[in-house]
Amino acid sequence: MISKEEVRHIAKLARLGLIDKEVEKFQKELSPVLDYIEKLKEADISGAEPTSHSVKVENITRGDKESDLRFDGDKLLNLSPAKKERHLKVKSVL
Amino acid sequence: MELKDLTISQTQEGLKKKEFSAVELTEYYLDEIEKKDRDICAFLTVVKDLALSQAEETDEKIAEDQDLDILSGIPCAIKDNILVDGIKCTAGSKILEKYVAPYNATVVKKLKENGAVILGKTNLDEFAMGSSTENSAFFITKNPNDLNRVPGGSSGGSAAAVAGEMCSFALGSDTGGSIRQPASFCGVVGLKPTYGAVSRYGLMAFASSLDQIGPLTKTIEDCKKVFSVIRGKDKMDSTSIELKEGNSDFEIKNLKIGVPKEYSVKGMDPEVEKVVREAIKKYEGMGAKIEEITLPHTEYALACYYIIAPSEASANLARYDGIKYGYSDLQGKDLLDVYLQSRENGFGAEVRRRIMLGTYTLSSGYYDAYYLRAQKVRTLIKRDFEKAFQKVDVIFTPVSPTPAFKIGEKIEDPLAMYLSDIFTVSVNLAGLPAVSLPVGDASGLPVGLQIIGKPFEEDKILSIGEIFKK
Repeated sequence: MISKEEVRHIAKLARLGLIDKEVEKFQKELSPVLDYIEKLKEADISGAEPTSHSVKVENITRGDKESDLRFDGDKLLNLSPAKKERHLKVKSVL
Repeated sequence: MELKDLTISQTQEGLKKKEFSAVELTEYYLDEIEKKDRDICAFLTVVKDLALSQAEETDEKIAEDQDLDILSGIPCAIKDNILVDGIKCTAGSKILEKYVAPYNATVVKKLKENGAVILGKTNLDEFAMGSSTENSAFFITKNPNDLNRVPGGSSGGSAAAVAGEMCSFALGSDTGGSIRQPASFCGVVGLKPTYGAVSRYGLMAFASSLDQIGPLTKTIEDCKKVFSVIRGKDKMDSTSIELKEGNSDFEIKNLKIGVPKEYSVKGMDPEVEKVVREAIKKYEGMGAKIEEITLPHTEYALACYYIIAPSEASANLARYDGIKYGYSDLQGKDLLDVYLQSRENGFGAEVRRRIMLGTYTLSSGYYDAYYLRAQKVRTLIKRDFEKAFQKVDVIFTPVSPTPAFKIGEKIEDPLAMYLSDIFTVSVNLAGLPAVSLPVGDASGLPVGLQIIGKPFEEDKILSIGEIFKK
């Protein structure tokens, strides 16, 4: 069973706010799934390379030139909940 | 024949012969949505004006006697995690409740270029995470065959829109079964193409090594048409691949169908099993050779999937931070509070569970034990299929162990919900194409047969599916 401290730690890493009541809820809901995925420990993986993508793809690069793709910057900026002129506005970091 | 019963090519025949106009056809479907969707709840957004203006373009072409494009005038619906320029795109999440797409997904661009008429955006489990469409932040979609039951998920809105005869076809996305399982539950055709066959540009990323976009249609013939439009390489998605024109020729008497012995699981509905067995028998009766095959690592597939998919999701969903777009809670004192509170209040329960799960399996000290191990098991699962395909041409399995379950039945038990994907996740892990084909019913509820093919043999598995009805 995942501990309350672990739940809090993981939530913090994931940048998810948690109220105290939810710590126990996540503990109860995540534990059976974590137990279930333990099943993979039984598998014999000797000699198996990891697969990240099922279809082999090579890195695709382009020349260091201006792209012909045009995007309306203001259209994207206007999606932001808080902005000042042409900048995204955020609260203080510290 | 009524408009709703027409296939895409029959509809276009009707348009060309001026039996009805594209605007009339679109108005017919908009009326159907108006009448039926109060009960079914498949659509999150209906775009009447956009649809009618697209239909007018087709009518102008017909008036000027121009050739029609492959989908000219055909009304369709798009899952709400695929962007349509200028239209709201929510992913079924509160965090994107007011988000308006700033560009078209490549698949949407291709549909529009080929004349399709977009009627609206369909409901889904939040960020495509779920198997019942009950995880939508907005409302639950009902199965048109039985309104007390789920349509499956996560593309439940798209499947219900096609099954409920509120559009001619729909697009969905499939990360672990999200096109095939709802297609099976609703009784429509659903194709998950080979990984790389269709561009994901403009699809909201869930698990990038697994996600694919595909069609949900009334018939296999329609499915082939829609797939032929959306497939192909796109410079905006570096994982997309240009396909050779598929070789769909086969002779039924030379066809070898593999049936994996591992796919008879505990908890399998006996009626579903019977329907699938009978479908397989029918192919045998037509002359195909049925062979029992083994996919020995099947028992690890679901665990493997529930490490890889949440891990990738936890990284992909980091972008929803309350800063760039979407819901933002600005009440806190500093930047960290904005992150924490926007994500706490913006994401629903299942999405937060999966982000937690993925963060756990990727976190320091656990990466090797979980993510890396899962990637190695993924290799074993992929090899199982490669070996099987040396012996057989295609593999037949059920799509899901049960028919559509009741609303509320599994929502409190995440693991039970995950088990409804047991036959579909392996296909995503191996990157293969698979189609769900309606082949019968269990106590009046549709049952789908899954036909799995070798990479890039979509046309072949569709042609094999096509002969079922004949």
